[in-house]
Amino acid sequence: MMPLRKFEYEEIGEGRLVINLGPQHPSTHGVLRLIAELDGERVKKVLPIIGYLHRGFEKIAENRNYPMIVPLTDRLDYLSAMSNNMVYCQAIEELMNIKISERTEYIRVIVLELQRIASHLASVGFFGNDVGVTFTAMMYTFRERELIINLFETLSGARLTYNYIRIGGLREDLPKGFENNVLQSIDIIEKKVDEYEEFFSENEIFRRRTQGIGVLKLKDAINLGATGPVLRGSGLKSDVRVTDPYTIYDRFDWDIITEKKGDCFARYNIWINEIRQSISIVRQALNGLPKGEINVKIPRVIKPEPGEVYSKIESPRGELAMNVISDGTPKPYRLKIRSPAFCNLSLLPTISEEGLIADLIATLGSIDPVFGEVDR
Amino acid sequence: MEYLLSLLVYLSNPWVKGLVGGIGLALAIAGSIVLLLWVERKFIGRLQHRYGPNRVGKFGILQLVVDGIKLLTKEDIIPDAADKTVFKLAPIIGFAIAFLPFLAIPFSETMIVSDLNVGILFILAVSSMAVVPTLMAGWSPNNKYNLLGGMRAAALMISYEVPMGLAIIGVVMLTDSMSMVEIVKAQEKIWFIFPQALGFVVFVVAAFMEAARLPFDLPEAESEIVQGWTTEFSGMKFAMLLFAEYIHSILASLLIVILFLGGWHGPILPAPIWILIKTFIVMLILMWMRATVPRVRIDQLLNVGWKVLIPLAMINIAFTGTARVILG
Repeated sequence: MMPLRKFEYEEIGEGRLVINLGPQHPSTHGVLRLIAELDGERVKKVLPIIGYLHRGFEKIAENRNYPMIVPLTDRLDYLSAMSNNMVYCQAIEELMNIKISERTEYIRVIVLELQRIASHLASVGFFGNDVGVTFTAMMYTFRERELIINLFETLSGARLTYNYIRIGGLREDLPKGFENNVLQSIDIIEKKVDEYEEFFSENEIFRRRTQGIGVLKLKDAINLGATGPVLRGSGLKSDVRVTDPYTIYDRFDWDIITEKKGDCFARYNIWINEIRQSISIVRQALNGLPKGEINVKIPRVIKPEPGEVYSKIESPRGELAMNVISDGTPKPYRLKIRSPAFCNLSLLPTISEEGLIADLIATLGSIDPVFGEVDR
Repeated sequence: MEYLLSLLVYLSNPWVKGLVGGIGLALAIAGSIVLLLWVERKFIGRLQHRYGPNRVGKFGILQLVVDGIKLLTKEDIIPDAADKTVFKLAPIIGFAIAFLPFLAIPFSETMIVSDLNVGILFILAVSSMAVVPTLMAGWSPNNKYNLLGGMRAAALMISYEVPMGLAIIGVVMLTDSMSMVEIVKAQEKIWFIFPQALGFVVFVVAAFMEAARLPFDLPEAESEIVQGWTTEFSGMKFAMLLFAEYIHSILASLLIVILFLGGWHGPILPAPIWILIKTFIVMLILMWMRATVPRVRIDQLLNVGWKVLIPLAMINIAFTGTARVILG
């Protein structure tokens, strides 16, 4: 095996302990490996090592026809497969100048926001695990996430890798009664989110474990390329849905959630409040859902003109973008993914050094990396 | 039958009484652990929106037996780099020490193996020895997670032992005796939870720390240091350490009941039943807490121990002493 990045053992100070957290560890969110240098319980240095889930996605994509890449994107951020489908299809549509039907735009917004709710619910649950509400938090949030997964199952037949959004449209129209089911589900989730606030936000131990921990200053957040809840937690009103609106997000009325403090609690609060905003967007979109065709006519063989496109969306984890270069053949010449989880993970050492081990774990949970996306 | 009853005479012999009582207690504790673990798994399962064990036996009641067989038949792994003697001794000592304090626990006025005149001191002394096997288990496997867990256990012990002892002083001042039987007898009119409210709070927090469960399960802290001081132990060794841990929880609940909740006192039902019911309720609260609160951090825990619990216990002692002098 190739030697991993060298950890400077010569630099280890007197009385220091170097500990390997991962890649098999109960709370490294998959297969992250952290080399941490400890002074007692205090973390002096953190070195994240990634690549344990690398599948060569970008290279595989170069050898596949354009439509065959959509199911691959499901496997990127496996907690929000819809967003990945969306960013890829949107990139190809921009590349080929395909105009999407009105109904499809609305359905895309609905599924994307439902996906955001599901993903944030999972994040809150995992975060609960990390600060030590072992299993309870996760079981609760997964109960509600299940409602959305069931909805997606009726849409696409899959519960994790949906492959629902396709180039030029969707897999198929909404099933009968879908709108009603969505309304019922989000009503339940809206009530339960209040319960989570009672369960977490009002818990003294939870507050003490998260407030003032892993503080990310706005300047660092911008310099290190943070996006999504991590950036908004530090106080910048930045959201691709507003700053660079895609599909029809400019038609809805909602707020960008920001927090000032930039600590773990702020990032957790962003998740909770964004679930509420997403619920509001889904309601508005369902209200305005027009009738009509789903798929527009696209060529049988997708062969974009030579050119390049950089297309981005706001995934639950931040700015997810794809850069596709076409050389006029049915396969992309190059496909590059800008994954928010990867960029956000890179600032872990900045905000977790000089904290305790418990803080390191809580901070990692609040950044919420998904390794399908970090390693690609 | 009469012959069997006549054998009870021999119980007046301390040697016989100790042997019979010791074996009886060990069996009773083992049996109650089987039951309590089942209750805990069911109860926490329900709290966590799942069923808990429900496959083996009626309502999954035999699940623990199956788990026990699994742990017994597992390969017994001793790490190469381990200090093998200490590694093997740690579970045995931990298991044995955990049973000791029960010898001085009264289940009724007469149901006590040994009514020591310094019973409470004996219990405190023996239960603080439990940190020795924990440290052995933390040090011997030569694993960093074990080491961190063992060190945390030691830090935890220091911060709960002191306030616990101080909280007990208030009770002892009220009874004028350190005998466990006398302490319960003194609560016939009023449970000590009322005159010793402050001491009760301090003692409960300290006792929950002794139980080393969430929110104080720092020595294990699954999400931080994998499995803490038991990381490298597998099979039967792990089961023994787990059992010892569980016995500490039971002891903590029993002490809360005996010192503050009136021990065996209660209407209608016989004395031992009352003490068991009360202990069970305290255990349920322990389980409930485990499923609802996050884990505290090590520095927060030490702060609570030294900066909050100890001063509170001191105030309690001063208050109790003053009240005794004034009220006679």
